Amino acid sequence: MSETTAPETVDALLPEVAALIIEALNLEMGPEEIDADAPLFGEGLGLDSIDVLEIALVISKRYGFQLRSDDADNKRIFASLRALTAHVASQRTK
Amino acid sequence: MSALPLISGHALDDVLAHLPDGPRRVRDFLADAAALAAMLPAGGALLNVCNDRYRFAVGFAAGLVAGKPSLQPSSQSAETLARLRADFPDLVCLCDDDFDTRDLPRFDFPARLAADPAAVTAIPGIPAGRLAAILFTSGSTGLPQPQAKTWGRLVANGRAEAVALGLDRAPHALVGTVPVQHSYGFESTFLLALHGGCTFWSGRPFYPQDIAAALAAVPRPRMLVTTPFHLSTLLAAGIELPAVDRLLSATAPLSAALAADAEARTGARLDEIYGSTESGQLAWRRTTEGAAWTLMPGVDLDQAGDTTFASGGHVEGRVALSDVIELLPERRFLLQGRHADLVNIAGKRTSLAYLNHQIAAVPGVVDAAFFLPDDAAPDGVTRLAAFVVAPTLDARQLIAGLRARIDAVFLPRPAIFVDALPRNGTGKLPRAGLAALYAEKVRHAAR
Repeated sequence: MSETTAPETVDALLPEVAALIIEALNLEMGPEEIDADAPLFGEGLGLDSIDVLEIALVISKRYGFQLRSDDADNKRIFASLRALTAHVASQRTK
Repeated sequence: MSALPLISGHALDDVLAHLPDGPRRVRDFLADAAALAAMLPAGGALLNVCNDRYRFAVGFAAGLVAGKPSLQPSSQSAETLARLRADFPDLVCLCDDDFDTRDLPRFDFPARLAADPAAVTAIPGIPAGRLAAILFTSGSTGLPQPQAKTWGRLVANGRAEAVALGLDRAPHALVGTVPVQHSYGFESTFLLALHGGCTFWSGRPFYPQDIAAALAAVPRPRMLVTTPFHLSTLLAAGIELPAVDRLLSATAPLSAALAADAEARTGARLDEIYGSTESGQLAWRRTTEGAAWTLMPGVDLDQAGDTTFASGGHVEGRVALSDVIELLPERRFLLQGRHADLVNIAGKRTSLAYLNHQIAAVPGVVDAAFFLPDDAAPDGVTRLAAFVVAPTLDARQLIAGLRARIDAVFLPRPAIFVDALPRNGTGKLPRAGLAALYAEKVRHAAR
């Protein structure tokens, strides 16, 4: 996985991806309320597999690439908002 | 009692399953099942949580031959597992990943089985009356309700679906996006292969790109077995799909618009299945041909008051259905909606009474009520909201308490903390009061 994107690039993109998630999932919170390093699933934001598909869809539309389960790092990609944002930053085509 | 074969519609050297490393014949499958059966620990029941459809199938067959029924709960929450353990003290959990079995005894699916396909000479027969599987629904009392299925009923179910859909005459390779343990996936990707002449893909593709890859990996003709939510996501992704010959959807009715779009985009015929965990599959329709459903062979409906009952064929006993149904001539009917208390989210069913019972039991909750908003997005997933009186809890603590008790898809989104619920003079909670509270508190009324 070529996630060598500069940390500043990821930091700059965090609010945009957070806002995308909140809009896609109709969550009652602001982008700044998502802890960038907390798990998106389970104890953190509490997302489930339905949410993942919704997020994958908006990400593919906005950033022009498709997520795949056989990316060995799939679990890592959704580990946190920061991990997801880093993946977006490294894979985006638009 | 008479015996029915483990597999029908296939000969020993026919392909039964497609795995990433190649096909498995009936002979390979039977040898794998026999080898696994010899290794399984003693115990009365099998909680088969294998993610891989082929491993699930091998585990199921091994258990069936050895007289161990397959336990298939609708959720894998801590509370459900604890209840299963209490009801089936000698169960063994068959796993193929890092699934957390908590305190249940586990048996990991072996990386290699000492199977000898050449030694397989016949497809074994199984007594029709043998208890083969117990599927669970979450009842309104708060206890999972077991739905016992004998081998004879399961065989009849697989055959009825194949005949209804014409797959017995034109078998397809099945690619399922749904878990094999839940009733729809169990019937339409597993029983349809065992007794409908079809073959199945071992994986469970998740993202649209995965679905495309899985379809490309199996021979034509291919059928995608999916849900309205997965189908709408797949079409919305706008990716190029390999040829697909048929589409099957269930768990919630599909909109006519999505059905027409799916047929136009893929060139495949789309059929829907109607059924429930309690009754098994009951009917089918080709959505673009009209709203009416046609009963599967052998199944009958009758009505008493507001309630419709299914019986006959592969249906065990006489089962009350949770939908309001209008009967039509010629074994056809229309769905008119659900009874008010019932909830179906992404194919998982429960009742508001059950959910209210669970949230009230979370320590710190003084009063609470779940609410299903009206503004259901067609083919999307409508989430529940909950109103909670719990002065000592924050949202995170509440959700943590709930997560141990209910399936994640039913977790409230959002949970709205209030000082009091709009109970009327008799302590009841009229839906109109909750609807008004929802409109007032929730910013986005619709997606």
